[in-house]
Amino acid sequence: MQAPSRVQTPILPPRFAAWFASRGWSARPHQLDLLATVQAGRSALLVAPTGAGKTLAGFLPSLVALSERTTKERRLHTLYVSPLKALAVDIARNLEAPIEGMGLPVTVETRTGDTPAHKRARQIQRPPDILLTTPEQLSLLLAHREAEEFFAGLRTIVLDELHALVTSKRGDLLSLALARLRRLAPDSQAIGLSATVREPDELRKYLVSQNPGRVAGEGKGQGKGKGQGKTSAGTAMADLVVVKGGAKPDLHMLDVNRTLPLSGHTAWHAMPAIYELIRQHRMVLVFVNTRLQAEYTFQELWRLNDDTLPIALHHGSLDATQRRRVEAAMAAGQLRAIVCTATLDLGIDWGDVDLVVNVGAPKGASRIMQRIGRANHRMDEPSKAYLVPGNRFEMLECRAALDAVEEAAQDTPDARLGAPDVLAQHVLGMACADAFDPLDLYEEVISASPYATLSWEDFEAVVDYVATGGYALRAYERFAKILRGADGKWRVRDARVAQQYRMNIGTIVESTHIKVRMARALRGKPGTVLPRGGRVLGEIEEDFAETLTTGDTFLFAGEVLRFEGLAEDECLVTRAGPGTDPAIPSYAGSKFPLSTFLAARVRAIIADPFEWDRLPAQLSNYLALQRKHSALPGERDLLVETYPRAGRFYLTAFPFEGRLAHQTLGMLLTRRLERARLRPLGFAANDYGIAIWCTKDLSERAALSPGFMEALFDEDMLGDDLEAWLDESAMMKRTFRQCAVIAGLIERRFPGQKKTGRQVTISTDLIYDVLRRHQPDHLLLRAARQDAATGLLDVTRLGMMLRRIRGRITHRALDRVSPLSVSVMLEIGRERVYGEGADEILAEAEAELLQEALG
Amino acid sequence: MALGQKLEKTVKGTDHPLAGEALSLDRTGALWLPEHRTLVVSDLHLEKGSSFAARSGQFLPPYDTRETLACLHEVIQRLDPACVVALGDSFHDARGPERMEPGDRAMLSALQEGRDWVWIAGNHDAAVSEGVGGRYCETLTIGGLTLRHEPLAGAGEGEIAGHLHPCGKVSMRGRSVRRRCFVGDGHRLVMPAFGAYTGGLNVRDSAFEPLFPNGFTAYLLGDGRVFAIGRTMLGRD
Repeated sequence: MQAPSRVQTPILPPRFAAWFASRGWSARPHQLDLLATVQAGRSALLVAPTGAGKTLAGFLPSLVALSERTTKERRLHTLYVSPLKALAVDIARNLEAPIEGMGLPVTVETRTGDTPAHKRARQIQRPPDILLTTPEQLSLLLAHREAEEFFAGLRTIVLDELHALVTSKRGDLLSLALARLRRLAPDSQAIGLSATVREPDELRKYLVSQNPGRVAGEGKGQGKGKGQGKTSAGTAMADLVVVKGGAKPDLHMLDVNRTLPLSGHTAWHAMPAIYELIRQHRMVLVFVNTRLQAEYTFQELWRLNDDTLPIALHHGSLDATQRRRVEAAMAAGQLRAIVCTATLDLGIDWGDVDLVVNVGAPKGASRIMQRIGRANHRMDEPSKAYLVPGNRFEMLECRAALDAVEEAAQDTPDARLGAPDVLAQHVLGMACADAFDPLDLYEEVISASPYATLSWEDFEAVVDYVATGGYALRAYERFAKILRGADGKWRVRDARVAQQYRMNIGTIVESTHIKVRMARALRGKPGTVLPRGGRVLGEIEEDFAETLTTGDTFLFAGEVLRFEGLAEDECLVTRAGPGTDPAIPSYAGSKFPLSTFLAARVRAIIADPFEWDRLPAQLSNYLALQRKHSALPGERDLLVETYPRAGRFYLTAFPFEGRLAHQTLGMLLTRRLERARLRPLGFAANDYGIAIWCTKDLSERAALSPGFMEALFDEDMLGDDLEAWLDESAMMKRTFRQCAVIAGLIERRFPGQKKTGRQVTISTDLIYDVLRRHQPDHLLLRAARQDAATGLLDVTRLGMMLRRIRGRITHRALDRVSPLSVSVMLEIGRERVYGEGADEILAEAEAELLQEALG
Repeated sequence: MALGQKLEKTVKGTDHPLAGEALSLDRTGALWLPEHRTLVVSDLHLEKGSSFAARSGQFLPPYDTRETLACLHEVIQRLDPACVVALGDSFHDARGPERMEPGDRAMLSALQEGRDWVWIAGNHDAAVSEGVGGRYCETLTIGGLTLRHEPLAGAGEGEIAGHLHPCGKVSMRGRSVRRRCFVGDGHRLVMPAFGAYTGGLNVRDSAFEPLFPNGFTAYLLGDGRVFAIGRTMLGRD
């Protein structure tokens, strides 16, 4: 990693030095480095572990500049963008100390979705010196008619938690906003604050213009040392400031002294040990991977909680006020533990957390490091953490994660290719701000690193989409949302279109949620409930609610609830009787797929028996058993096993590429087996492998036709088979829906908004079907494909796997299930079974009617 | 009748006698009256996409009309009806016919060629009769059957109606399938919507209760055929 060149000695004014001294501190080297970089007029990326004083470092250049300001004119000087609203609010509070301590004449305000309208209007007229906001609010500001004036004096843009932002469509949106800011405020510099990442250069590029042809600012501000660092390829990059050191985390795998099951993620066996850890520490964050795992863990811990320790629950489905209450109690030091999901991966510093426990598989090295960093937010003291495997495979994953943390190896995802749907949203926003010249806007857009490779034709297609929907059939010309004037510039049609833009801003498309409301059972009338009056416990996904039938019990908000029915878009529940076990597991698996990086490490450990010494004995014994009974795959190989069991014929394969890629693989393999007349019935997948069952003997077929396995796993399945499947894939339809919402094709449904009548709602599935048949190359279908490649279908990863295993398939025809295969077999019945066609389900329901008719 | 025979019968085509008339429920959602060589389709909602564009600035793919007509073309090819009845809400709004693309208009004319074509009045398109060929009426009587758009509570035997866009949902082992369907009780039949962009109303909705006081069977449109599903197997949304 390249050392930051100290371009010049930073000028830290005496009152800053004095303030640091008064607190018994001195400015840290990276804080001074960053100050020097910004003072030299350059953008910078600050990479630092948690607890290194990153935030203060990010604001120091602005505070110094503002303290030396001579003009009386008040304009927006610094813009701070954070992924979390709560973080912006917290930073505002933290900035009070230095500002008041030094008596600086600096105003700080936040602007979030909660900011009242009168304050928003006032902020436009009289901006603060420092404004703290979110990417969505920034886009809204940029689409404002006053944007040019508002941002003209901007000098510094601070982007917090940049590593987390850039991996999603929010990062695309923010990159476009940044490109616009560079044009409105050519003298501004960007400061990115990031945790340690695999490729810091990607973030460095993100911060500065990638369009050398037209340096942002069009000639202004040249010769002021604006030329940023360049790589040999001539790519513009922000300077890099890295904080070295930080104590190594004190990290272990929790040993509970018993044999772990072969599947399952709940880690029920470890609950007493986790409870004991909570008793021994001041404050513990217990991270889990899914909401339901959180519910389960919370309930189990309370079952053990004889000391009635204050243990709380925090996940994204809980009511917002309840979550805020938990956060406040945590900040006030009133809690001993919080069971939480990724909702607390990022966020405000809790200070007093002295232990992090991660239940279930780590899934990724960077994710686990981020979580560990939540403990002990002081960089010179080690963070203490335990990894708790839920099954024997997760032990492998924990071992791989421990090694990765030891080497400080990262597996943050690759840089994104900008999404066309996000660009469409942005283009409409820019038309709302002012008339735009398409060439100018194109030059601006390709200065953003995710869009640097966007062609002019693709840009035109986006503009065409925004104007009239981008259809080959030019049916909507007279309804165009943006119109091209005689001057060649595009203008928004009317105020209604601008209003639609504002309502649709943002890239986060929640799956539709419905409220969970406590209802009261009517005494004396079993089965009847009073629909109203009970309190709202939170929200659940509509998909999940759809699978429930009256009487089903499930875990939510820390209780076992009984589903009573749906009423006016609410899910009515009652408390299940004491001692009731939740019957509906919902998705017991992990939400995050295993990262490619950890997967490779897991394969390496399995392939090398010398490595097994470092594994718990129960695991190495298990692997030895597998080697004896069948085989263990080499590091780059694919192990395929076929065997009969209970009248069916099974195929299991172990690619170790994560659940999403395996589901896609399973769908495609079932199609091929169908064609080979082997009559597949269904399949199950987990993070490590898949199991498919058929009515015909697969071992026999493989023996009869040499090359059968190779052909089955041939990369060409990503051709026609994939196309055919995409036609009907529910995941693809869900992906399409998200693109359609972001691009403004269909309107967002807001929480609490009632379903409209059947005549006006149009399901996106119908739109998808029609569009695919009539214009398969439409912008939104291309956008959905781009997402599918890396998102829910993980086609890219599947392709990489199929290339990796070409000629490296180890097939074992066994007479019974192998130890390794047992782990996937156990997923059957636990996870949803895929591959069942709609007609099979309908036929089964029809048979019920016939039975009824025949008595 | 043995279970096997019964299944066999269902597979061939779902016969559903109503008021003494033979009816066949087509998997596309069309209804075939073989003795009258008449094909009935309900709630085409043509030009729904352009209706959204005109009214709310939402640019849905403008291919719904041709998609619906193509589907209709397929059934007409297969069954060669002497008469086609569109059971109301044939256009999404009264100005739909004006907005039709020339190509789609030609496709419609070709379908009408050589056969009787009846537009029954709907609530969306009560005023439609000009420039789309065919004849227009409020209700139509064919044998013992009365065809009208909106089902009438307390109507006599043999009513065939649309309007409600019935849909049925079957959930099994954590998966659910929601499909358009016919709903019938031997006295009355409510047809599914045929249009490409038409949504559905769950048959468990209270709107169906007064129409079928003694229960009903839903005939869900599967991928390969129509499935008869009893009320107890049908879930709410």
